[in-house]
Amino acid sequence: MVKKELNVSAIKNGTVIDHIPANHLFKVISILGLDQSESMITFGTNFKSKKQGRKAIIKVAKKFFADDDINKISLVAPSAKLNIIKDYQVVEKRNVEIPERIIGIAKCFNPKCITNNEKITTKFSLAGKEPLALKCHYCEKITTAEHLEVL
Amino acid sequence: MKNKSLVSITDFSKDEIMRIVELASEFEANPNQKLLDSKVVATLFFEPSTRTRLSFETAITRLGGGIIGFSDSSSSSTTKGETLKDTIKMVSNYSDLIVMRHPLEGAARYASEQSSVPIINAGDGANQHPTQTLLDLYSIYKTQGTLDNLNIFMVGDLKYGRTVHSLLMAMSHFNTTFNFIAPDSLKMPDEYKLFLDSIGIKYYEHKEFTDIISEADILYMTRVQRERFSDPIEYEKVKNVYVLRNSMLNHTKDNLRILHPLPRVNEIHTDVDDNPKAYYFQQAENGVYARMAIIASILGLVK
Repeated sequence: MVKKELNVSAIKNGTVIDHIPANHLFKVISILGLDQSESMITFGTNFKSKKQGRKAIIKVAKKFFADDDINKISLVAPSAKLNIIKDYQVVEKRNVEIPERIIGIAKCFNPKCITNNEKITTKFSLAGKEPLALKCHYCEKITTAEHLEVL
Repeated sequence: MKNKSLVSITDFSKDEIMRIVELASEFEANPNQKLLDSKVVATLFFEPSTRTRLSFETAITRLGGGIIGFSDSSSSSTTKGETLKDTIKMVSNYSDLIVMRHPLEGAARYASEQSSVPIINAGDGANQHPTQTLLDLYSIYKTQGTLDNLNIFMVGDLKYGRTVHSLLMAMSHFNTTFNFIAPDSLKMPDEYKLFLDSIGIKYYEHKEFTDIISEADILYMTRVQRERFSDPIEYEKVKNVYVLRNSMLNHTKDNLRILHPLPRVNEIHTDVDDNPKAYYFQQAENGVYARMAIIASILGLVK
């Protein structure tokens, strides 16, 4: 673990988001708004992972995420693990959880939904975790994992 | 209920549903009550639906209200590219209540979030049409004297038919026993069966439309629509299987009534029309009283 993390330079204080599916790295960056962030960020992808095959890692210096913010990435990276770093030490590990309300992240799969035809922030409630099922607040249709598209 | 939008039948509690049904009965007994004097109701039909629009406009007129609006989107500013949001913001400044029909699903929920006045959903695509459900409930109540402990048979397209789904949700408050008669390709979706399981409501599924209807209190017929079938042969196989004929009603209960949201095509043979158990035309008339009850309740004009 330690050796792998050294593939990307260590941070003194901040958050390491590990075990991101390699193909979703840039979605995670976008969902968390890291492309707009002024924090020092290092990231890498296609690291070998015993569990996932290939994974991505993001390290954000001097940044600690609120649960509500970090849980937004659960739709694309449910397996992600957070390491909270203080003075080069991991002081806390956290998993992401799928929130009960998913706002502005996912696209409704129903082409006749008003959210796909007018500029509207999408809203879903969590109708099932395993398998993932999101119920659209507007058209009331269920979007499942296989049809899930992240905005 | 005052100032509350009616978008989905699940927006109304059991008590609120009962109140609408009782009020509909009062309006039927005394239909000309000018409760809407000096009120303006907008009827915005972004897609045409003559039956529903005339029913609403009759209800509003009987209540003495004024009507503004349009009957299809070609005569509205939607054709100029105006968003739904802007249309609703504008119309809610003019009116006390908005009745809207829209081809897109979720349009009414979105409108209710943008509007400063209550919204009544008169159909949003294949999603919800709650006033149809309330008029169905009123028809059941009026013909059976109660909504409790009835045996309801639903026949035809149970997969895509929004009226049967909404009726199922509403009747689930009243310890109904359901019987679903449909071909495999148009069966009641699992989500509704799981819902009934979760609240302990009994239901039975059948493929054959035969003498099993002898136990029915309500026979709710729906249209099997050709466009629902990807395989035209499959449609040809089922289109004449689910046809109700007068001879099938011989051994049914005296209190049985046949409902249909209309329009019908061939699923109820015209020889049923003169049978006293046929109720689909009166059902449509009940829509006016149910809509009067809904409008008066939402505007807080009745208690």
